[in-house]
Amino acid sequence: MNRVLSAAGAGLILCLTCEQLARYQPGPAHRCPRCGQLMHVRKPASAARTTAYLIAAVMLYIPANLLPIMHTETLVGSEDDTIMSGVIVLLKTGSWPLAALVFFASIMVPMLKLIALTVLVLSIHRRWRSPPLGRLRLYRLVELIGRWSLLDIYVLTLLVALVQLHALATVEPRPGALAFAAVVVLTLLSARSFDPRLLWDTHERA
Amino acid sequence: MLYPGAPRLLACPQCDLLQKHAHSAATDRARCRRCGAVVALPRHASIDRPLALAVTCAQVFVLANVFPLVSMNVHGDTISTTMPRAVWALYQHQMTGLAFLVLVTTLLAPGIQIASILTLLVCLRLRRGQQHFARLFRLVQAIRDWGMIDVLMLGILVSLVKLAALATVVPGVALWSFAVLLVLLTLLSSSFSTRDLWRWSVERYR
Repeated sequence: MNRVLSAAGAGLILCLTCEQLARYQPGPAHRCPRCGQLMHVRKPASAARTTAYLIAAVMLYIPANLLPIMHTETLVGSEDDTIMSGVIVLLKTGSWPLAALVFFASIMVPMLKLIALTVLVLSIHRRWRSPPLGRLRLYRLVELIGRWSLLDIYVLTLLVALVQLHALATVEPRPGALAFAAVVVLTLLSARSFDPRLLWDTHERA
Repeated sequence: MLYPGAPRLLACPQCDLLQKHAHSAATDRARCRRCGAVVALPRHASIDRPLALAVTCAQVFVLANVFPLVSMNVHGDTISTTMPRAVWALYQHQMTGLAFLVLVTTLLAPGIQIASILTLLVCLRLRRGQQHFARLFRLVQAIRDWGMIDVLMLGILVSLVKLAALATVVPGVALWSFAVLLVLLTLLSSSFSTRDLWRWSVERYR
């Protein structure tokens, strides 16, 4: 086991807001000497917060996918669309690259995020001792792709605003959209509460 | 004060490894020796370049929100919407939560981000407002992750394709403005780093 020195091990804290390295001072509220932000050796209650947001996201994931997100009324009739049926409609009427894009952003990304965050949180709670680099890459992937699932929400916003052709067609939002948006925001908060340095802490203690 | 090129002690934000980097070249981006995360971004000499970009961003941001995004011609009627009006339409459909999310991620967060970066740079340029510098800096850092102009741009494109199936769609001034804004924001964020801001503050608030 080669000896590596972490900042925490050397009694130093990195300010995650301004990148200043500061000496750790025990006390109730330690503020960055440069930018004044509250400093923590590790993000406070990181595992617990990540888990809490994740559980909330998983629960809302069910209505987000089962409830309709959009109601369309046209001359030929009306229909309710869920996230998945929206992709299928795109596949049938539009071009397949667009359907693939929406499928990726609205179905793959949220699912991947939930699975990845579950793996990350489990590995902290269960103190996995395997080399953390793979899990760190997973965390970076979650950070990178997480925001793109808001795509469908923006599409819905514009459709609701524009498709108000009284006689021809109207589009209305449905509660599924709210659940879906909540899943996206909760997973963003979950990923943000996660401190990747915890992965290395368990590894080093082994 | 360190001489240029002196090895600096840095801590990795993702694995907490303490390491020394000789950081001489202006184009150098230092990476963590253990996990590969970026620990230091390149230095930038000029404060005028980010300032010019921030001024342009502010102007284009106003255009993007004042002018119509798209117009549709249906049987001689023209329907168009701006981004704020689209948010309002969601609100009128009893989707307050959704409207709030779209408002924050496409209007408030990018708007506040551009305004606060602009203020920060103007303050530095004029060597004024040192007492507000740290607070403004923390605001910039806190709000950075919540602006989602890039996702919105993709959402606009997807909805354009969907709308094209219904009626003739004419892209408006705001559509081009959002596209330009996206490029400008990317240029702006790569024209200075956190470290530059604090270096400038040391140099200029002497």
